[in-house]
Amino acid sequence: MLAFVIRRLIGALLVLVAVSFITYLIFVKIPGGDPAPRIAGRTATEQNIQDIRKKLHLNDPFYVQYWGMMQSLFSGSLKSYSSQLNVVNEIKKGIPATLSLCIGAGIIWLFFGIVVGVVSAVKAGFWSDRVITVLALIGISLPVFWLGLIVRYFFAQGHPLSVLPDGQYVPLTVNPYEWFIHLIMPWTVLAVLFIGFYGRVLRSNILDTINEDYVRTAKAKGLGSRRVMVKHVLRNSLIPIVTLFGLDFAAVIGGSAILTETVFDLKGVGQYAAESVQSLDLPPIMGVTIYATFFIVLFSVVVDLLYAWLDPRIRPT
Amino acid sequence: MAERLIEVEDLKVQFATEDGLVRAVDGVSFELGRGEVLGIVGESGSGKSVTAMTLLGLTRDRNTRFEGAVRYKGRSVLEMDEGELEQVRGNEMSMIFQDPMTSLNPVYTIGAQICEAIQIHERADKGVARRRAIELLGQVGIPNPDQRVDNYPHEFSGGMRQRAMIAMALACNPDVLIADEPTTALDVTIQAQIIELIDRLKDEFNSAVILITHDLGVVADVADEIVVMYAGRVVERAKTRQLFYDPQHPYTWGLLGSIPRLDRPRQERLHSIKGTPPSLIRMPDGCKFRPRCPHAFNKCMDEPDLVNRVEEPNHLDRCWLAPDEKRKLRLPTLAGEDEAAA
Repeated sequence: MLAFVIRRLIGALLVLVAVSFITYLIFVKIPGGDPAPRIAGRTATEQNIQDIRKKLHLNDPFYVQYWGMMQSLFSGSLKSYSSQLNVVNEIKKGIPATLSLCIGAGIIWLFFGIVVGVVSAVKAGFWSDRVITVLALIGISLPVFWLGLIVRYFFAQGHPLSVLPDGQYVPLTVNPYEWFIHLIMPWTVLAVLFIGFYGRVLRSNILDTINEDYVRTAKAKGLGSRRVMVKHVLRNSLIPIVTLFGLDFAAVIGGSAILTETVFDLKGVGQYAAESVQSLDLPPIMGVTIYATFFIVLFSVVVDLLYAWLDPRIRPT
Repeated sequence: MAERLIEVEDLKVQFATEDGLVRAVDGVSFELGRGEVLGIVGESGSGKSVTAMTLLGLTRDRNTRFEGAVRYKGRSVLEMDEGELEQVRGNEMSMIFQDPMTSLNPVYTIGAQICEAIQIHERADKGVARRRAIELLGQVGIPNPDQRVDNYPHEFSGGMRQRAMIAMALACNPDVLIADEPTTALDVTIQAQIIELIDRLKDEFNSAVILITHDLGVVADVADEIVVMYAGRVVERAKTRQLFYDPQHPYTWGLLGSIPRLDRPRQERLHSIKGTPPSLIRMPDGCKFRPRCPHAFNKCMDEPDLVNRVEEPNHLDRCWLAPDEKRKLRLPTLAGEDEAAA
């Protein structure tokens, strides 16, 4: 077991290096990727640009530059080209908002995804299943930016129903109540897509599992239908959902919440990433990439461990 | 006569599907007394598994229709509600399934799955249930049961899993044990052991057994009575000895002829029954075996009833041929010379 964990962690480290290197390479090699003319501004002379190049070590071979950037990133001294703000500090500033959004939305979508999946599987073929199916497909199809704007239009302060504050993030430590009501809309918007998706996946998993021989065995033992459902069907149907959730959750923390954060102006890491990409600001992009990769790699290790715990067949011996 | 545990009377089970009504079981009757072993034999799709699952109410569905009667100790199983059925299942009647590879839940230990059966039917605490599980595993011949009880199904071999299934089925000391092709998925060497085990445990637990198989050889030694099923109905029914010595239905001959035998001259190829079982949605007119029967004649366009046609009063069959004629006709098939018979 320990060997398994160590092996996975070494693999994770390699992924981290590879992803950061490739991102870097793409950035310096794309046309217009050279930051010097952009930093120098429109009226800059060739001399200005050369000075900036020198200052940022842009004349060094790219692997030297990469190494230098990684060093300053991990020592926490990396600064943005455009705003001159410390990248690590900016990411740290965004993390509470991003985590609040993602954890809350994750809980909501996991809970309702399971409810939707179970109800529609139990009622498979009945009208309630059909209604849920249609709603789930609508949920999957709604783009986050559109849904976000519509929800704001109807529910945010100053709008027709005016029940919730519009956008912004209030830290939990400052005012838990405000934190909560400010996040209701973003949580819901981010969760809707996943609820529909998880509901569909779980429904088909359950319907597959119900036909397994061991479910028939459980019934033949004399277990009640509820117990068969929870202990034998659901327990096995949820295993793939765990994988899905781990990876989706990591992806959301690592940047998939960009749209939600931007629509609701939560000033999270995703929004920071979006702004950096817009201004082709390499240091924050590298910082955010490493941050996102870290979460994805971390959660894929966690998912593997959880998986082994849930399914004895793949437990390393 | 031993205490009568199960009576099945003209049972019909039909499934409504998009293609039409599937007549999976079409008028089956038999009885089972305490201490007896009943063999139900037939090809895939002959309705033997559906019959067995119906005894436990496992075929219930909104698309299933039942007719006739199934009685367990005089109580009508078809009319029990789910709560009553749950009391019966696993406790008074229990079942072993065909494929031990898939019939155990992969995420729970063998012990947990046996304990579960004990704990829903008896007021046993965890420790008691566990000790009983270990004892049962020992009884079915699992070595080191006190360690093996904590293993997962994938750590057991096929034969051991089937033994564990049997232990689970016997956990609450049921009156009736239904074994649905318990040896089909196992090695030949293990098959005999499992059948022997079931036969031995039947006496230890004083229960009755319904043994379902497509292989007459499997039930030859252990069954008291054999019911041969074809296309959802019983085509022949007799005491085991009687069935082997004086088989009356051409389908039974086919089944007997397809058992490899060492006491006969070696054949090039093993006998097989030509053709495939009929569609259970659109059945042939008259005798259901007619299209595959090498001895069919005009009268077979009317379906024969399951009645006694020979000297032995408990021997029933569904074939129009005169018994003496049959005794002549069946010889080539039983000897495996089916080409000559056709």
